[in-house]
Amino acid sequence: MTKLKVATCSLAGCFGCHMSLLDIDEKLFELVKAVEFDRSPITDIKHCGPCDIGIVEGGVCNAENVHVLKEFRRNCRILVAMGACAITGGIPALRNNVDLWDCFQEVYHYGIGLEKGQIPNDPELPLPFDRVHPINEVVRIDYFLPGCPPPADAIWKFLTDLAAGREPKLDYDMLHYD
Amino acid sequence: MTKTFTLDGKVIPFEEGETIMEAAAAAGVYIPHLCHHPEFKPHGSCKLCTVNIGGRLGAACTNRAAEGMKVESETEALNADRRALTQMLFVEGNHICPSCEKSGNCQLQAVAYHLGMLTPHFTHFYPARDVDASHPDVLLERNRCILCELCVRASRDVDGKNVFGIGGRGIKARLIVNSASGRLADTDMSVTDRAAEVCPTGAIIRKRHGFTVPIGQRLYDHHDIAEVPVAGMERPKK
Ligand code: SF4
Ligand code: SF4
Ligand code: FES
Repeated sequence: MTKLKVATCSLAGCFGCHMSLLDIDEKLFELVKAVEFDRSPITDIKHCGPCDIGIVEGGVCNAENVHVLKEFRRNCRILVAMGACAITGGIPALRNNVDLWDCFQEVYHYGIGLEKGQIPNDPELPLPFDRVHPINEVVRIDYFLPGCPPPADAIWKFLTDLAAGREPKLDYDMLHYD
Repeated sequence: MTKTFTLDGKVIPFEEGETIMEAAAAAGVYIPHLCHHPEFKPHGSCKLCTVNIGGRLGAACTNRAAEGMKVESETEALNADRRALTQMLFVEGNHICPSCEKSGNCQLQAVAYHLGMLTPHFTHFYPARDVDASHPDVLLERNRCILCELCVRASRDVDGKNVFGIGGRGIKARLIVNSASGRLADTDMSVTDRAAEVCPTGAIIRKRHGFTVPIGQRLYDHHDIAEVPVAGMERPKK
């Protein structure tokens, strides 16, 4: 049996969804029997290659996020939005009604314990957007897996359903938005 | 002889004057709803309870039951419409469930779970809405308001205070407070008012009570809203 190729990435997210993926614990051994990882935190691959499944954590908050997301869409047969940030903007979207400049000032100038703060301004830093967006507002998404983060069991169920060619289905207990 | 109608083929008894929603609830049948509450006059605004009444669509909470009427509720098509309406409610407000203390006890979220909503689907509006934290005991978080008017009805009809109202129209409609300053602190609202309890979402919440029950152990974390009876909706058997 050829292994499924899976890529994952975190955009404007906290890596909590990836931690939940690791939380499937000993089933990880079963997972690596069926799956080969392309770009993901456990490989050191910088760009996503052709894959069966792409899993995206986090929303879109800057120009680089858009770039990565489009690369995933181009390369992945099935693209999954994992977690609240990818699906609704989540906690990062709490800044959507705060002026970006005020937001920067608060973080880099007035933050507790800061003296002579500086707003980072390096040409290598990606351009921030004034709002955080869910990823389906940028590319077409095939499946949505909600939760903040989704429970490990939900991720497992989702991936095994997808890998077996079944329509993924979550039990009531596995479906939540928080 | 008791009068009856059928709901998804099931025979439902009713009393003259009862709505489809009331008769269904009394018979233990759940029809998804958000702006309906048995204690208050029907409002008919959320349209989630839309059912097919003999070939015509109507709100179950405002249409009266009639002898021999054939009503459909649990159909693929109606649930797809309900899901779309729920998705619209999500994108029209700012529903950031992971940061909301009502999460797990929220009826908007619970209805979405019930309907299997996996994504809000539509483009988010991210509207700018005011938070009113002026009152010592009650917080008004308009980002989560779905304009169901339950607080308006509770304050007017039960508390006799008329603290709340809806101002503006269409997409500009918003929850307003009846005081000269527009602030909740300048009304006679009290935390013991019915209006402080009735909000189906996290838009009106009691201060200093958030997160007392951890996420994962709350009402709708493990119970579908269809199996949780809303107090007052059951009718005592005669
Ligand atoms: S009110 Fe309900 S749907 Fe809105 S953010 Fe809070 S928990 Fe989520
Ligand atoms: S504050 Fe709550 S009860 Fe009042 S209209 Fe908004 S959602 Fe309904
Ligand atoms: S519950 Fe009937 S329209 Fe809202």
